[in-house]
Amino acid sequence: MGSPFDINGGACVAMVGKDCVAIACDLRLGMQALTISNNFPKIFNYAPSTYLGLTGLATDVNTVSDLFRYKVNMYRLREERHISPRPWPTCPVLAGINQTTGKPFICGFDSIGCIDFAKDFIVSGTASDQLFGTCEGLWEPDLGPEDLFETISQALLSAVDRDALSGWGAQVYIIEKDKVTQRLLKGRQD
Amino acid sequence: MPGFDFSNYNRNAALHARGVPLPKATSTGTTIVGCIYDNGVVIAADTRATSGPIVADKNCEKLHYIAPKIWCAGAGTAADTEFTTALISSNVELHSLSTGRDPRVITCMTMLKQHLFRYQGHIGAYLVVAGVDPTGVGLYTVHAHGSTDKLPYVTMGSGSLAAMSVFESMWQPDLNKEGAIALCSEAIKAGIFNDLGSGSNVDVCVIEKDKPTQLLRNYEKPNERGEKERNYRFPRGTTAWLNQKVISKEDMKKYVTIETLSGDDNLAAGEKMEVDV
Amino acid sequence: MTSLMDHQARETVGYSFSESTAGVKQHGFYPYTDNGGSTLGITGSDFAILAGDTRSTSGYNINSRMVPKVFKIGGDDETGEGANIILSVVGFAADGTALKERLDTVVKMYKYQHGKPMSVSACAQRLSTILYQKRFFPYYVHAILAGLDEEGKGALYSYDPVGSYEREQCRAAGAAASLIMPFLDNQVNFKNQYIPGSGEGHALVAKKPEPLPLETVKGLVRDAFTSAVERHIEVGDNLQMVIITKAGIEEVYHPLKKD
Repeated sequence: MGSPFDINGGACVAMVGKDCVAIACDLRLGMQALTISNNFPKIFNYAPSTYLGLTGLATDVNTVSDLFRYKVNMYRLREERHISPRPWPTCPVLAGINQTTGKPFICGFDSIGCIDFAKDFIVSGTASDQLFGTCEGLWEPDLGPEDLFETISQALLSAVDRDALSGWGAQVYIIEKDKVTQRLLKGRQD
Repeated sequence: MPGFDFSNYNRNAALHARGVPLPKATSTGTTIVGCIYDNGVVIAADTRATSGPIVADKNCEKLHYIAPKIWCAGAGTAADTEFTTALISSNVELHSLSTGRDPRVITCMTMLKQHLFRYQGHIGAYLVVAGVDPTGVGLYTVHAHGSTDKLPYVTMGSGSLAAMSVFESMWQPDLNKEGAIALCSEAIKAGIFNDLGSGSNVDVCVIEKDKPTQLLRNYEKPNERGEKERNYRFPRGTTAWLNQKVISKEDMKKYVTIETLSGDDNLAAGEKMEVDV
Repeated sequence: MTSLMDHQARETVGYSFSESTAGVKQHGFYPYTDNGGSTLGITGSDFAILAGDTRSTSGYNINSRMVPKVFKIGGDDETGEGANIILSVVGFAADGTALKERLDTVVKMYKYQHGKPMSVSACAQRLSTILYQKRFFPYYVHAILAGLDEEGKGALYSYDPVGSYEREQCRAAGAAASLIMPFLDNQVNFKNQYIPGSGEGHALVAKKPEPLPLETVKGLVRDAFTSAVERHIEVGDNLQMVIITKAGIEEVYHPLKKD
């Protein structure tokens, strides 16, 4: 049996632009080499212009997304802090824009909660090596929303095409202060 | 209930026994150092976080706040150093509030070693603890299993040998502040350039008697990436997309009332934290 | 007391139901090591480029900052003058050197016996044979061979360790291959790029790959390596670029980051 991170496959990436952020994921859900679904989005919305991308073991992608939904809802009622370094086999990617300051923000976590605050991009999933290569090559600072869409889409599509466990289409969110655009990308279905 | 949550333990143990590898955590390679001088202590760290042979974060922070005049450099599993220092920082503050005295470095070191010993090395935090307290200057190393050392100059992490080679050839007693900063920085650079697990920039923290602590973030940046040769901006319309959905503020106004607050920074994060830097 | 590396390597979890191996001393024969580094090759209409970083590593240590990975094959003297084929090897450095020496000898012998230089396609087939001869104790390398074909076009052949090979436009190999290859797909073969305004959705026309000019390719190679250096710890120090055209072989070095 492989690592729980590699059973279902999937990739996610977030990038910072000028007054905007973008977050994108592939749509594959697999069991080892067998593809089960080509419509399994891995990005979840928790507040206006706050998005969370989850890759790794699909059952835990669902568990964490639901648990986080519950926690976000409970946040309004009470605030309590636990130390909970539970190794869920998922690697979250967070992207959003601060509603009051309008500043773009992205960060990534390893599965036990170490935060990576990046000024450029965050990658995660079985295609993370490939994404590191494409993002490091294609990203540049201060891209506007339309240019950022092209860059994140090209980086994601090229990366997942070199990973057997990711791909089968992709979904991109471009987040601006007052607007969110969701697009379905045309990608290889193999 | 505070503490760790072990509800996945049996599942993960069973999976592991059937050959499933443990999840990989960020950063095992690091260089951290510390060095005392006539009137205080300096600690320093590199800023590379790795996941296997891949650089996960090029400019992470490995110098952690414990108390205004006690700081900690962390190597080993990144999440463990982060959470352990945060926990001890919190307990040190409560302790100092209850005793009405400034916290001591040896107290902090003891709390860290007792915490780490209890977890028998499973919390992979390797730390350099440094600070100034009413008893004087303190500099200690704490290993993940709970053992500690007290020395005038210390190194830890995968770059510890490279860094120690600098200390062993250049360290001298009665260093002044500038000398100690330069020596620590040089030791970190030895790690950055000769150990693959360490890289990018040098972070320095100077804790001096009767002076506010200075955190010199990115004190040296010997590894900046140059300009790219080519421009990789794509013409708009290069990517093929099949459909789109736009959620705009105007649309939302149909269902809810939206009020815009001013762009004042202080409104954003609620209460601002007071840091003695 | 505890050393960080030792601790990391030996850590096992003592579950009661996992099999115990205590008391059994295992002896092993480990003839291979991984020396890290990366190589890459791109061809154009009248040239071929092979490039590689010059770092040699073992574990977290740097063995040397100046070990070239690209070699001239079948030259007249030790400088490689007069060669018309180049080879890059990455993986286990000792096997790489041995393989390069063997191929160099073979190509030289061919010239002495036939009175003409070996063609790139013939050399490519011969290299495959050399690799397959050691099918059950392979040369632990990923090799890329380049030169100009009979029509003067750039030719590039990439190999797996046991001799399976293919002629390609571009190929990345070694530690950072997974980082560089998708970037090359996108920038050399224009994968996933479409012509703006040529249609809507499925009707959009894909951008056709065409041979790139030499200066563009040089820029791409340097950017591919500076990107790989940022994100892979085993890649760095210097970039060696060997360019083969009908005018001959040009070799240039560029500094890379050394952390």
